[in-house]
Amino acid sequence: MTAPPEETVTAETTPAALSTQPAPAPPGPAGRSLWGRARQLWRRLTSMRTALVLLFLLALAAVPGSLLPQRPLNPTKVDQYLAQHRTIGPWLDRARAFDVFASPWFAAIYLLLFISLVGCLGPRIRIHVRALRQPPPRAPRHLSRLPESTSYAGPDDPTVAAARAAAGLRKGRWRVRVRVGDEAGGVVTVSAEKGYLRETGNLIFHIAVTLLLVVVAIGKLWSYSGTILVQAGGGQSSSFCNVVQQYDSFRPGPMVNGSDLAPFCTTLESFTATYDSDGTARQFTGQITYTDGISGPTHSDALRVNHPLRLEGLRLYLLGHGYSPIFTVRDPSGRTFTQAVPFLPQDGNFTSQGAAKFADARPREVGIDGVFAPTATFPNGILTSTWPAADSPAVAIFVYEGSLGLDSGAPQSVYSLDQQQIASGALKKVASVNLQPGGSVRLKDGTTVRFDGVKQWANLQIAHDPTQGYLLPVAGLLVLGLLLSIRIRRRRIWLRCTPMAGLTSPAETPGTPGARTGGERRTVSEDHPREEGPGPARRTTAVEAGGLARTDAGVFGEEFERVVAGLRGTPATAAEREAE
Amino acid sequence: MSTSDLAHLSDSLFTLAIAVYSVALVSFCGEYAFGRKGRVGQTVSARSSATTTPAVERAMAEVGAPRGGSTSTGTRADDAEPREPRSADPSAEHARRTNGALASTFGRAGITICILGALLHAVSISLRGAAVDRVPWGNMYEFASVVGLVGVLSFLAVLIRQPRLRYLGVFVLFPVLVVMFLAGTVLYARANQLVPALHSYWLAIHVSAAATGTGILMVSAVATGLYLIRTRFDRLQAAGRQDIPFPVSLGRRLPLPDSLDRMAYRTAAFAFPIYTFGIICGAIWAEAAWGRYWGWDPKETWAFISWVVYAAYLHARATAGWRGKKAAWINVFGFASMIFNFFVVNIVVSGLHSYAGLN
Repeated sequence: MTAPPEETVTAETTPAALSTQPAPAPPGPAGRSLWGRARQLWRRLTSMRTALVLLFLLALAAVPGSLLPQRPLNPTKVDQYLAQHRTIGPWLDRARAFDVFASPWFAAIYLLLFISLVGCLGPRIRIHVRALRQPPPRAPRHLSRLPESTSYAGPDDPTVAAARAAAGLRKGRWRVRVRVGDEAGGVVTVSAEKGYLRETGNLIFHIAVTLLLVVVAIGKLWSYSGTILVQAGGGQSSSFCNVVQQYDSFRPGPMVNGSDLAPFCTTLESFTATYDSDGTARQFTGQITYTDGISGPTHSDALRVNHPLRLEGLRLYLLGHGYSPIFTVRDPSGRTFTQAVPFLPQDGNFTSQGAAKFADARPREVGIDGVFAPTATFPNGILTSTWPAADSPAVAIFVYEGSLGLDSGAPQSVYSLDQQQIASGALKKVASVNLQPGGSVRLKDGTTVRFDGVKQWANLQIAHDPTQGYLLPVAGLLVLGLLLSIRIRRRRIWLRCTPMAGLTSPAETPGTPGARTGGERRTVSEDHPREEGPGPARRTTAVEAGGLARTDAGVFGEEFERVVAGLRGTPATAAEREAE
Repeated sequence: MSTSDLAHLSDSLFTLAIAVYSVALVSFCGEYAFGRKGRVGQTVSARSSATTTPAVERAMAEVGAPRGGSTSTGTRADDAEPREPRSADPSAEHARRTNGALASTFGRAGITICILGALLHAVSISLRGAAVDRVPWGNMYEFASVVGLVGVLSFLAVLIRQPRLRYLGVFVLFPVLVVMFLAGTVLYARANQLVPALHSYWLAIHVSAAATGTGILMVSAVATGLYLIRTRFDRLQAAGRQDIPFPVSLGRRLPLPDSLDRMAYRTAAFAFPIYTFGIICGAIWAEAAWGRYWGWDPKETWAFISWVVYAAYLHARATAGWRGKKAAWINVFGFASMIFNFFVVNIVVSGLHSYAGLN
């Protein structure tokens, strides 16, 4: 799972293998015993191939979650789908295809992936920590076979040359090890390595992914959210307190105890929406007052889209809005009942549908259902809205009298009358009328129904997630690790300093160009100026340099050239010669 | 200038950019057509091959042998000058050289015209932004336009490092032109204000990261597609097939598979953190706008799918047995999921990300 996304170099050219991946364990006598079999299974689960397959399955498993309607997002659509697909629907439902992301098979995939990830992380961390403490490995025998290699002659004996090169490399923040006496003939080698941050980043990334999953999981257990529709304008129907009974819908996590939600009350004092010249909304603002805590002072705030109210224990959002036409029913005995009932918007101009139920009206209960339009027109006699603001509101309603069926105990939608009551004749249509504010209709029994005007309603959402605040730093860590593991290259440079008697000439340098195999070669030995002429035999050094990077880019070549050029450092050598 | 004038000018420049890219495409076609058969030797830059191993090189030489001519010369990476077998016929040699010069002229012209197109394109996008007084990536038309520009720019950026891949311009400009054509016709939306949910500075950050990631991943997908063509071509040719059918026959003049694979990986690896960042920003924004940071909205689900597939690609490329063709197909799937997320999820599937601007 945690193999670094990077080029690897074939083993042929990497005598000192660069890989930090755990070597596959030899197929030992395991497999017989139960323990052995378990180990083998574990090894297979934590292998990269398994992780890749699991990643694929995860992606594949998510597909139906986006193409089929999902219960948590839209239960109505799921019901529609089930009604339309009578054969396949129930099977899909049994397979939990309408709640993919909470289904056991989706959980199985990500849990296996999670185990695979964790099982791989442990050894990887151990190996990396060990690598951080170990010196860079010995120089491979044939430096000229490395992807980057060059050679040059130096003026000092190998020990001095190597020490100076090592100092230069250390200055460039390479991790350096000089080895004297490892190889015969007075050869000194320098091994240098850089880019450990790549693996560090890689591990950070995978740890962050793991943490992310853990934090999200914990959050899911203790979080809750719910929605509530409130009318604008203050008063009873504008207020809401954070107790389960008051919610229209409430989705608690498994560990949420519904009886001790954070004490919080709010009132929607007013709601305003502004629109562009073509009717698209520009801004919604809900002015609220709220109290935080059991007996706190009252604060006020403006809720807008993208601007929730954030408190210690919860967040309050403005999610949607609509209109509530206000109806007054006066029954023959003179009693009046007034209700503002939320209607559901059906289109962008807020042509809305809904129903009002007056169960206390006598002698018969009164029901209203119909259409509301904030800016009304009647093309073909059907009420529609041409503008989302309430410029000239109107309703087109059917009025019913009889029994609403509320006392039957069966739950009813607040947005429609019970169709069964109508079908059975218990609820009779007594009028059909279009009304503007102030307009009323008088029924045969003396009851009047008046359309008084309109209020706005807003849908509020309250959310509580105790772990959400930790997610951002974890996500930051994830990106940081990703960047490190992708941008940084792990690379090695080796120098082999071989003693040479006398002066050097290009032909004498080891690693003759003809023997090289890979990459572009730079022969650099001829630009080493020698002023002294033939003199007494001085110990000089033939330096062979080789470099290797686990990289995709040809970029290391440039760095290698630069580093080696820096190490040869002709000016410094000249100064030292003078000093001698 | 009034805002509607700005919007009109932006639209005109958009059309002009399409025209200019088309000319560049024709020019790149010219370079591709007149380019030498043995140009594979040229296209492997000496630098980039430094990481290849002798084994790989031997393999290259073997594979390249029938392609370059009678010998394997011209496929060796360390040949700065491609050595092709000299033709005995001086007129053929002359024609070869003329064609080479012609190809180079076409290529240089193509790149110049392409840069001009990118400039016009950038101005078009900026004017759109000025006309609506917000960032110019608020609907599908604007998003597609930005993706096209990012695609062209990231190809130009690749060329800075590997100038010899220039003649691949034809393969990059083609999808860019398709995207821009769709943007200008099917997806087009008049310059307009956005719904309140989009009034947030996160629009600038989240969507630009998504568009940048998508544009670069498009270039990666192109490189991977070419890699698959090239490897298939090599296989057919090694099998002695004479009549190699069209899309595969393009492989004759494509760079070495290694080079294409590296280009695909480097672009994808560059884009992946950007795309990741885009998703994280989306989550932060979703928390502020919709009350939850992740809700498996169809757009989120497909972003997740793409992310997982690209993660698999990056991992596959470091896994023995998955490198090469398999990894390349994963990259293709990754981009296919991005395309699906853009077209199908925006237009067909309903969700919270319904900002297509289409009616």
